[in-house]
Amino acid sequence: MNIKENIKTLVIKKPLKLDCGKTINNFPLAYETYGSLNENKDNAILVFHALTGDQFVTGINPVTRKDGWWSYAVGPNKSIDTNKYFVICANVIGGCMGSFGPSHKNPDTNKIYGTDFPVITINDMVNAQVNLLDHFEIKKLFSVVGGSMGGMQVLQFISNYPNKASTVVPIACTSSHSAQNIAFNELGRQAIASDHNWSDGKYLSNNTLPDKGLSVARMAAHITYLSKKGLQEKFGRKLQERDALKFGFDADFQIESYLRYQGSVFVDRFDANSYLYITRAMDYFDLVKQFDGNLSNAFKKTKAKFFVISFTSDWLYPTQENKEIVIALNAIGADVGFVEIKSDKGHDSFLLDVPDFLKTLKNFLDKSYSER
Amino acid sequence: MKTEYKIIVDLIEEKTRVLDVGCDDGILMESLKKNKNVDARGIEISKDKVQTCVSKGLTVIEGNAELDLKQFPNDSFDYVVLGQTLQAFVNPEIVIKELLRVGKKAIITIPNFGHWKVRLNLLIKGTMPITESLPNDWYNTPNIHMCTIKDFVKFSKIINFKIFKSLALTNKKISNINNSNLFYKNLFAELGIFLIEK
Repeated sequence: MNIKENIKTLVIKKPLKLDCGKTINNFPLAYETYGSLNENKDNAILVFHALTGDQFVTGINPVTRKDGWWSYAVGPNKSIDTNKYFVICANVIGGCMGSFGPSHKNPDTNKIYGTDFPVITINDMVNAQVNLLDHFEIKKLFSVVGGSMGGMQVLQFISNYPNKASTVVPIACTSSHSAQNIAFNELGRQAIASDHNWSDGKYLSNNTLPDKGLSVARMAAHITYLSKKGLQEKFGRKLQERDALKFGFDADFQIESYLRYQGSVFVDRFDANSYLYITRAMDYFDLVKQFDGNLSNAFKKTKAKFFVISFTSDWLYPTQENKEIVIALNAIGADVGFVEIKSDKGHDSFLLDVPDFLKTLKNFLDKSYSER
Repeated sequence: MKTEYKIIVDLIEEKTRVLDVGCDDGILMESLKKNKNVDARGIEISKDKVQTCVSKGLTVIEGNAELDLKQFPNDSFDYVVLGQTLQAFVNPEIVIKELLRVGKKAIITIPNFGHWKVRLNLLIKGTMPITESLPNDWYNTPNIHMCTIKDFVKFSKIINFKIFKSLALTNKKISNINNSNLFYKNLFAELGIFLIEK
């Protein structure tokens, strides 16, 4: 992989005090942009990626050679129309697509960080990315948009920087990570940690990779991104390239084969330690607690226009959790719209071809942009 | 635009905050924004209609009035509008109380079950009335608590709210309802429009 050539990086000189107490500076933040910034610099949208996303939102990802993770939603004439908007997306810190993360070398010891990398939070991610606004001399973003962990960053961003975005679109997310979601993340982390090759996180120095653990983590997580109905309709009990059960433990069923495939392709593009760090950041996310039990206070200082979107079949970040955000906003008279989109595609709906979602997102952004 | 909406727009003062409960495809909200410079919000139960409202740039949340009015603080709106849906709620009393908690004033419109056509329908045919404003059969109507204009006026005394203004809509013509003409309005009005307060 010729990663470095294709990655734009901003070195953040300004010290960033992390929630864990450590301060980092001179760290790289990898980012990508789409479309062009207009003269008034008021057409920028900061997109935040989810757990395993990266800065390559749309088009062909130059590193993986696959479609960008949000190709359905972002591009010319799409929901987030790059003919109209200047889209910025950064790889989160703790990530593995060029931003400061556990696979980087610690300049003090000249060794790869591994688990010596500081634990980061959603708040830290957002505080790192706000530097991009200075870099592009953008005073106020037109919008901050993101799904899943991206949605958490959206909420944290507007809470930290109430005047830095006109519209706010949290999608399929939560204001406080649930016990069930922490449990699933822990399952993934334990799968990685119990892979012998993980070597307490020092695998890069040892030239081994905890591929098996990471792939099991991905398989388990992938199930949570889908819905029972979606899985049943797509796979049912269909067999994989065979006419009858083989009475063994090969992948007899198509769903088994599909999950194994998802696990195997994931390890080629993702770093196991990043997976630990980013899932940890999600688990630590509790905007309600940050504001002493009153979520409304997180949004009191902003005049931004919110639009919250959830999906009927999303059981990972169910409608009720998204609605908590709406309720907190209505409690302070904020400008908030909300819709639950009907879809069988589970949590992943926001990444897929779900026409009602794509249309609604486009309508909200374009209408808000023309009325700004 | 429906005459009913025109009347509601006239009743609402400029630059106020209005919540339209059951805002449908947002036609009233659009008119309020345009003509009265109102800060309009909507609640709508149908996903499709919420999406239509979003495409018009309206601030609407998908929700159900019986469950979702709770989230709004006391007096957070100057007016709360409830158009022709009071009769569809399980508990109209709670809904009216919620409307008047969330809003300083409420505007409620009701299809008048006392209209002569409705009465005649039941009297002559002996079947549940079907009219232009009540097009459904008894088994598929969302309306479970039909009332007449007279019933609504009576209700205001029972659950104790003030009717500030009551208007009757007959054949696209608007007229005032008062104590002396209540009998006739209850017989001839298709729709009652009430501006109420706590």
